[in-house]
Amino acid sequence: MTKELWKGNEALAEAALRAGLEAYFGYPITPQTELLEYLAKKMLATGRAFVQAESEVAAINMVYGAASTGARVMSSSSSPGMSLMQEGLSYIAGSQVPVVLVDIMRGGPGLGNIAPSQSDYFQLTKGGGHGDYRPIVLAPASVQEAADLMYGAFDLADKYRYIVIIAADGNIGQMMEPIEMPPQRRLEKKDRGWELTGAAGRPHRLISSIYLQSEALHQFNMHLQAKHRQIEQNEVRYEEYLLDDAEYAVVAFGSAARAAHSAVRWARAKNIRAGLFRPISLYPFPHAQLTALAQRVRALLVVEMNTGQMLEDVRLAVAERVPIQFYGVTGGLVPFADDVLPEIEKLTRLDNGAS
Amino acid sequence: MLNEHMQTVFDYPDALTPGVTHYCPGCTHGIIHRLIAETIDELGIREKTIGVAPVGCSVFIYNYLDTDFAEAAHGRAPAMATGIKRTLPDRIVFTYQGDGDLAAIGTAEIIHAAARGENLTVIFANNAIYGMTGGQMAPTTLPGMRTTSSPSGRDVEVQGWPLKMSELLAQMPGASYIARRSVHDPGNINKTKKAIKTAFQVQLHQAGFAMVEVLSSCPTNWNVSPKDALTFIKEQMLPYYPLGDYKIGDAIKTLV
Repeated sequence: MTKELWKGNEALAEAALRAGLEAYFGYPITPQTELLEYLAKKMLATGRAFVQAESEVAAINMVYGAASTGARVMSSSSSPGMSLMQEGLSYIAGSQVPVVLVDIMRGGPGLGNIAPSQSDYFQLTKGGGHGDYRPIVLAPASVQEAADLMYGAFDLADKYRYIVIIAADGNIGQMMEPIEMPPQRRLEKKDRGWELTGAAGRPHRLISSIYLQSEALHQFNMHLQAKHRQIEQNEVRYEEYLLDDAEYAVVAFGSAARAAHSAVRWARAKNIRAGLFRPISLYPFPHAQLTALAQRVRALLVVEMNTGQMLEDVRLAVAERVPIQFYGVTGGLVPFADDVLPEIEKLTRLDNGAS
Repeated sequence: MLNEHMQTVFDYPDALTPGVTHYCPGCTHGIIHRLIAETIDELGIREKTIGVAPVGCSVFIYNYLDTDFAEAAHGRAPAMATGIKRTLPDRIVFTYQGDGDLAAIGTAEIIHAAARGENLTVIFANNAIYGMTGGQMAPTTLPGMRTTSSPSGRDVEVQGWPLKMSELLAQMPGASYIARRSVHDPGNINKTKKAIKTAFQVQLHQAGFAMVEVLSSCPTNWNVSPKDALTFIKEQMLPYYPLGDYKIGDAIKTLV
């Protein structure tokens, strides 16, 4: 298949359509808007459900309604809009309907700015809304990976009747790269026993997150936890680069990992045995893999476009086994390889007790 | 003992589940539920109807109506209903909402559902108070009315004016049918039934947004007897919330 040049936001939209997207509800916000615009053009022309809602609050609740009918449905937004969607996400998790979201992350807190950031890691991976739930969060580091993750996201959401969030930063959303777009899929609709379609020849169904009795709610929460354990067992995704003989490992996701990738290559040219560990699934976090990695390397460097949000998960996995250093920039600043290389070099000095 | 010559002249509608509701004595939610169930039976739409329940006293409406149901977040029923209707346009989708749900926390959602002309039926029970949380001031609490959060009576200079949702939504070109009714006596219950039926027929004709506001009682939180609560609707609520048809769009003139 030939490669085509695609902008990240539009590649995500097209990949969703090819995966069988039936309904989209969203609200314009930079740097995500091209995704909504692309779907407006394609879906309205083909009679598929597309609504530009009055707010992200309304959009996520429209998604909730459409998901309750078993439709392949998604929304997309950026950080402040994701904050507004947290109420709906909590209800969606509590009702166990499959939903896919895209977050093209920008700088926070508050209005922050529209430049690329990884500031939503805490909000996305720890739950975000009220209650004990955690969406599946996948972080692409290229336009190709964004399209591929998007293409598989609906099946993943269906498999667990849960939320899947593609967490890309503004770089991935805005940049253009040559990619192979996956083929159009044909979907066969069949009743899965829970969706609302009208109670024709069957008892009525209810999509709800309410459990008034304490024991019942506790049991439901235990069910969600069992689902989390399954997800943690089956859906961990990560990429390793030059880690086989590495003494120093950089841990980074999304576009921060691209700068780290180059820096690792440069470090190798300087005879520093560096490697890169790139979590693709931020939840489930590749906890066990990092624990194992910490047993083989001398020190770790975490690089993020925030002030150290994934860093906390790395610390949990690594415990006190090896020193962990952090390099982070915010506000739309992007780490470059020549920023990261000196940080890797510091690891070697740290190792010699010179820090 | 049943005589073989006896006829059943009054029974549960098919769309109403038999049993006891959780509503307080004298509450009129039960009457409105029954009117919806009768309408669903008469139109023969039970098997293609999907309801969206609110947050508030009627949160458990799905236990009483025998149709598919979704339980929305507080105020978001019109958005959730939009998502359902847009993916299943041939189903009949309705929301049932109280005044806190529809006229306070969900004001944006109801206005924009009407503005888009969504093919939805909305049944809006207005009893001028928050029932489930125990009698606080609602967006529709009357001027001077005592509640637990307006203990000296609603002072409009400090706590603002009650919203007239039927009047407000009737201005929308997307709103096809907007009516206010009351259930304080049998004559008005019959009129309410007719309006609810019309609001579902509007959707069957895909004629846009339809809402029936029903003035409803809350003896428990109004601190009056069930009988006095009906009098309160008649004497206190009707002057501020006049009954009538606020919008009958051209497309539905033959239905009404």
